[in-house]
Amino acid sequence: MLQQELPGSDERDRLRWQCRRGMLELDLLLEAFLEEDYPGLPDQEKEAFSRFLGLEDPQLHDWLMGGGSPDDPAFAALICKLQTSLHNNPRATSSDT
Amino acid sequence: MDMTLPRRRFDTLIIGAGGAGLNAALQLADSGLRVAVVSKVFPTRSHTVAAQGGVNAALANVLPDSWHWHMYDTVKGSDFLGDQDAIEFMCREAIPTVYELEHAGVPFSRLDNGKIYQRAFGGQNQDFGGPQAARTCAAADRTGHAVLHALYQQNIRAKTHFFDEYFAIDLLRDEEGVALGALVLEIESGDTLVIEAKTTLIATGGCGQVFRTTSNARINTGDGMAMALRAGIPLQDMEFFQFHPTGIAGKGKLITEAVRGEGGYLINGNGERFMERYAPTARDLASRDLVARAIVTEINEGRGCGINKDYVLLRVDHLGEEIIAKRLPGIRESARIFAGLDPALEPIPVFPTAHYSMGGIPTDRFGRVVVPAGEGAEEVVPGLYAAGECACASVHGANRLGGNSLLDILVFGRAAGKDIIDYIKENPHHRPLSEPSLERAVAHLDRWDHQPEKKPAGKGKAKPAAESSVRELREEFRKVMEDHAGVFRTPKSMAEGVKQLKAIRRKLRGLRLKDQSRVFNIARIEALELENMVDVGMAIAVSALGRKESRGAHSREDFPVRDDRQWMKHSLYFREKDRLEYKPVRSKPLTVKGFPPAERVY
Repeated sequence: MLQQELPGSDERDRLRWQCRRGMLELDLLLEAFLEEDYPGLPDQEKEAFSRFLGLEDPQLHDWLMGGGSPDDPAFAALICKLQTSLHNNPRATSSDT
Repeated sequence: MDMTLPRRRFDTLIIGAGGAGLNAALQLADSGLRVAVVSKVFPTRSHTVAAQGGVNAALANVLPDSWHWHMYDTVKGSDFLGDQDAIEFMCREAIPTVYELEHAGVPFSRLDNGKIYQRAFGGQNQDFGGPQAARTCAAADRTGHAVLHALYQQNIRAKTHFFDEYFAIDLLRDEEGVALGALVLEIESGDTLVIEAKTTLIATGGCGQVFRTTSNARINTGDGMAMALRAGIPLQDMEFFQFHPTGIAGKGKLITEAVRGEGGYLINGNGERFMERYAPTARDLASRDLVARAIVTEINEGRGCGINKDYVLLRVDHLGEEIIAKRLPGIRESARIFAGLDPALEPIPVFPTAHYSMGGIPTDRFGRVVVPAGEGAEEVVPGLYAAGECACASVHGANRLGGNSLLDILVFGRAAGKDIIDYIKENPHHRPLSEPSLERAVAHLDRWDHQPEKKPAGKGKAKPAAESSVRELREEFRKVMEDHAGVFRTPKSMAEGVKQLKAIRRKLRGLRLKDQSRVFNIARIEALELENMVDVGMAIAVSALGRKESRGAHSREDFPVRDDRQWMKHSLYFREKDRLEYKPVRSKPLTVKGFPPAERVY
């Protein structure tokens, strides 16, 4: 569970709220990624994820659903990981959303 | 009582920054009023962004059309439960509303002659049920985003004051019932703020998250609906919830009808094409509600798929890789990402997904919140407005037509804005803040931090809630809603659902926050959202159990047909004692003859 009393948990909670989007598809992928993949990322990729969350929903949706690819190579790598985020982690593949 | 809470004053407080809230805000800010918009997420992340379809308006740019035909379709679509004065108003106002949006900068798709392009959608006809109409204005497949973006930019220009990432706790009303604003919480700091306002508009959107499988975003937790309930205001027609038959099982992500249109079909755990039994002619292309009920019936009777036999399968692999790649590319990608499989090789697990709430906070066609006032009459709650999915005007009645939801939020957001301008002219001064009302709102927030003075009924000492226990209770709740207040409704199952919801409500009262820190305490927000969802869920379950007929989206096994003699009336659910009242449908339009109830055949 997320709510561990660790340094930086405020930052994770901040990101967790940034993962709340207007579209269910984004909620599902971003939240699964944040819970399972994000903690193990190198700082550079963490920073890219934070920037990624600043973009508009339809842009994120297009990229994640395979429509076009971003110029920023850091985003391209993130998108590959996000697309498999629901199926690389057992918790997220249960019926829990 | 904490008298030191910071206070801000505005002419109008708008809670929610989707299409309804922003369209109202724009009317107000443009007329020079001071407007505060409170939104729990950044405004352009409101759920309006997910609306792809478009906005209905009888512009007649592609085929002949009239607002009167649009009105007929909407009344019929509502299964004659919609209020015909509000429907006439919406269909007439659709036209200036769309042109106003065009001027606000929404990039509608266009015809070669420069006029707004309009596409055909189900349930729309010319000439009162005649040939297919073309009525839906769209900005490619991003209409919701285009609308939201344009309205947000215009509001910035008009100097609307945005409180981004603020969560509204409760409405404030004085002893006479006049709305005075709300207590809100800044999510980042955990600080509370009193926003005093001469008028308050609730525009918080839908509540699809009350069901385990939903196409709604995580933010759609019915916050405004629950705030209204706690302020003593009923919710109207909550038993009417639209389900889309094919959501990805366990995820809710919607798989479009186009898949079945292209030849995809459903099979049960025995590999049987079960739709042949329910709709021998239309089969997998039968209406949404019929397909959704067939799926749940198969599962309830033990013919589901998977270890828990809790979904059915949607097959498209027989179409071949080439056709799938050509005609259904998006579906292939969706199935890969959300179900972890390639539909060209394997079928997709599906279950009906909760999509749209027809019910909500009762309003008139000016967006004013109305409550019963003795025998048959109703009265306006002074200073309080609601618009959008959280409201019930009621234009969708028992069933909403495609293209009418964006229309609803935009027309009634705009109408509420205009009415508020008049109200403030007549009521130009702030009323004194009601301290008891503020105390109740503060207590509602604080109770998550403190042990209750007396133990909750039937329970031991209140349990400090780890984040996990709020989450566990949320999942338990959403499963109860899906099993007992979803697509398939029998009296036994619904009564059991209400009983289980009462138990969940008791457990919830006993929960406390373990982590009581203030800064970015998302667990606190999720706990408050769960409270809201449970209140709204109870409204749905109790209203469904109360309505002894089948109409539109509400279908009961024991009362399978529509009963106009006894049930052409709106339900009103009150939180106090889980009480139901009813009020008549407004069958008289504004200027034309009413459409009498007839069998709804397509």
